[in-house]
Amino acid sequence: MIITKELAQKWFTVFAEKVIQDKEQLSEYDRIIGDGDHGMNMARGAQQLLSSWQETPPVHLADVFKQAAMKWISGVGGASGPLYGTAFFEMAKAIGTKEELQHEELVNVIKAGFDGIRKRGKSEVGQKTMLDVWAPAIESLEEKQLTTEILETTLTKVTALKATKGRASFLGERSINEVDPGAASSKLFFEALLEAGDLNGD
Amino acid sequence: MVTNIGIVMVSHSKDIAKGLYDLILQVAPNVSITYVGGTVDGDIGTSFETVQQAIEENTCDQLFAFYDLGSAKMNLEMAAELSEKEIEIMDVSFIEGVYCTAALFEMNADLPAVINELEKLMIKR
Repeated sequence: MIITKELAQKWFTVFAEKVIQDKEQLSEYDRIIGDGDHGMNMARGAQQLLSSWQETPPVHLADVFKQAAMKWISGVGGASGPLYGTAFFEMAKAIGTKEELQHEELVNVIKAGFDGIRKRGKSEVGQKTMLDVWAPAIESLEEKQLTTEILETTLTKVTALKATKGRASFLGERSINEVDPGAASSKLFFEALLEAGDLNGD
Repeated sequence: MVTNIGIVMVSHSKDIAKGLYDLILQVAPNVSITYVGGTVDGDIGTSFETVQQAIEENTCDQLFAFYDLGSAKMNLEMAAELSEKEIEIMDVSFIEGVYCTAALFEMNADLPAVINELEKLMIKR
């Protein structure tokens, strides 16, 4: 399938709606493992994005990602603001002036987002962070095998990890079997992508 | 004469930021120090915009920046990337790092000496 501006906007709209809907749950995960504001912060950015689209809808495909980046950087704060903001911004840069993304291009754009998170957070896969959802999701997407079941299994695996990066790393062993809030919201991001369109087809 | 490098402090808490500022003022009344603590709404956290503000409000164009926890650093990094100012983010213990820098700046110590002292206070990776 081909990603257009309309589809990308649907992707982010569904993501924003999911974040707003799950904000209590995300903050609850964060209360155990971090500072308890992940859901509220993310929902604030999500709400701002949805509202801003009422007034200034995106013109080009990259605008969808650029506008989301701005809302996350300026409106969300904490760690998730810079992390998601950087991811969306790097995705916008990777899209450039393209108005359509073929499957392979979409994968590369998401990889650019992944690299942005990695650099901003100075983290690697295996440290119980967002990256531990993004990496397997990208891999499955590349093989046109991404499903909500895979995302579910992925989050379960991340939950079993010990955090060695971010606030949760202060908990050491106690972080094992607790859900990482950034991983949980990342799962919503990929679920939203699945709901926006049939990615595994042509 | 006091150095032309300013200090920016970013904390998750307005009370920590204000408290540290009050402490530093005792040893470095002539150093340009700006700070931000908490979010725009006064809650615990950090936000990009308030960090940006603290950077721009500082009268110096070269800044040493200090932070308490990781997410403060990320917002600092983003603001630093977008600022025209030359900003060095210090991965040192927050209170000791700021205090030591401010005291040395106040007595116009040379830069290598300040860096040397800060290296001993490196705790964040």
